[in-house]
Amino acid sequence: MDFIQWFIQGFIYWFITPMQHEFMVKAILVSALVGLVCSALSCYMTLKGWALMGDAVSHAVLPGVVIAYVMNIPLAIGAFVFGVGSVIAIGFIKAKTRIKEDTVIGLVFTGFFALGLVLVSKIRSTIDLTHILFGNVLGISDSDIIQTIIISVITLVTLAILRKDLILFCFDSTHARSIGLNTTFLYYTLLSLLSLTAVAGLQTVGIILVVAMLVTPGATAYLLSDRFDHMTLIAMALGVFSSVMGTYISYHIDGSTGGCIVVLQTILFVLAMIFAPKHGIIAQSKNTEINY
Amino acid sequence: MRNISINIENVTVAYHGKVALHSASIKLEEGVICGLVGMNGAGKSTLFKAIMGFVKPVRGNVSIQGLPIRQVQKRNLVAYVPQSEEVDWNFPVNVYDVVMMGRYGYMNVLRIPRSIDKNIVQESLERVGLWDMRFKQIGELSGGQKKRAFFARALAQQGTVLLLDEPFAGVDIKTEKLMIDMLMELRQAGYTILISTHDLASITTFCDQVVLINRTILAYGNTSEVFTEENLSRTFGGSVGDFSGAKTNSRHPY
Repeated sequence: MDFIQWFIQGFIYWFITPMQHEFMVKAILVSALVGLVCSALSCYMTLKGWALMGDAVSHAVLPGVVIAYVMNIPLAIGAFVFGVGSVIAIGFIKAKTRIKEDTVIGLVFTGFFALGLVLVSKIRSTIDLTHILFGNVLGISDSDIIQTIIISVITLVTLAILRKDLILFCFDSTHARSIGLNTTFLYYTLLSLLSLTAVAGLQTVGIILVVAMLVTPGATAYLLSDRFDHMTLIAMALGVFSSVMGTYISYHIDGSTGGCIVVLQTILFVLAMIFAPKHGIIAQSKNTEINY
Repeated sequence: MRNISINIENVTVAYHGKVALHSASIKLEEGVICGLVGMNGAGKSTLFKAIMGFVKPVRGNVSIQGLPIRQVQKRNLVAYVPQSEEVDWNFPVNVYDVVMMGRYGYMNVLRIPRSIDKNIVQESLERVGLWDMRFKQIGELSGGQKKRAFFARALAQQGTVLLLDEPFAGVDIKTEKLMIDMLMELRQAGYTILISTHDLASITTFCDQVVLINRTILAYGNTSEVFTEENLSRTFGGSVGDFSGAKTNSRHPY
């Protein structure tokens, strides 16, 4: 009896009590939504091999976000312009020089990011820089919430409609092209969604860590499923869970929200890596024994 | 007199100012199995890309069934079967999913399969003998089954041109026989089949025609006339090796 009482009390303290604060309710809902959307996209990112690209774009949006803030227009627009712009720059440099792709990506996004840092250092409100870099879901404003909702709806609807074509694009873009699908359109659609969700993600975990939201849940789900639909559902569940739990944990330990969310996502990945029924390390070593 | 299926007229393709293929002209009819032979880098994949419309020739014109490339893509006329190495076998799709991808060009925006799509997919899978394996993730198949899965996708697409890239590499005898039988059937049905291969023995056994390529078309036409030691020397730039398969015996009993 004591144990159950203790458990219920603990549960209430941990999950219910913080909800008396309005900021906490907002934080939980926003982080759940962002976790959901970023995870959905992360499936495509990991299968297309765009993890590095995701890292690049999520950092390259910084100058765009700062300029948008200064011009008082939605951050998403600034992010979109610089996100897509950085990839175009990468493509251009790759086409015109003999430099390898990963090097071009590295130099372009760090250049953009550094430009963003310089711009921010010239603008007085340093509070916002910390929030942009590290996230600030516990202090999120209503206008940011609306922006996040709009981005989420656009992303989820686009993914729902173009799902099959995007999967084919990730799997076999040659076949997609030969049957008349516009792979350039699909490429820029995926890229645009990446830029938009980077903005949504920076609310909860900040620009530096948003790439984790766009990669880790997909990677974890990849180890747990052989069907794309299941993989997406699993990734979304993991994304929501880690975002919500991460937010709660950061509240109680008074630590970095972004850090808590991503550490949790990483722990889940490690668990999957070891224990996944078919693709986990333990399962694979068992299979090797049997097939020997 | 059969219709011309693939018409390549004086085509030159260049990448970054370097010419990959120049002044290439080929006319392939319906109902033909044609081998494409050349060294790596000689222009085989460039030719495929030109037929699929992935590169625009700086000179010349490519048409399939008399139609320009954009139309060809819209009508799904050209089906491409990739090399095994190019496929991500860990991708979370099963055999059925892959074959259904051959039908996307006919389906609505949401790619929801209609009965006709499901029927054709089933037919294609049964034809290659993979119906029972249709729910397996593609990485779980054997080498021969993997080839057959992509073959089924090409069948489901119901094009008129089939482009095969090294289809016989690493394939077991049973699958090879199955594929050759199917190619013969498709030829009967009027398909134009172009096979890029290094397996020279296979050319003499079932390819009616052959194209020899080395940055340009060195020769093309009926295998019996074109597939000579002399032409092969020109194709492979002097590194002749043993071309006894060119004119003498081969291991296929066809």
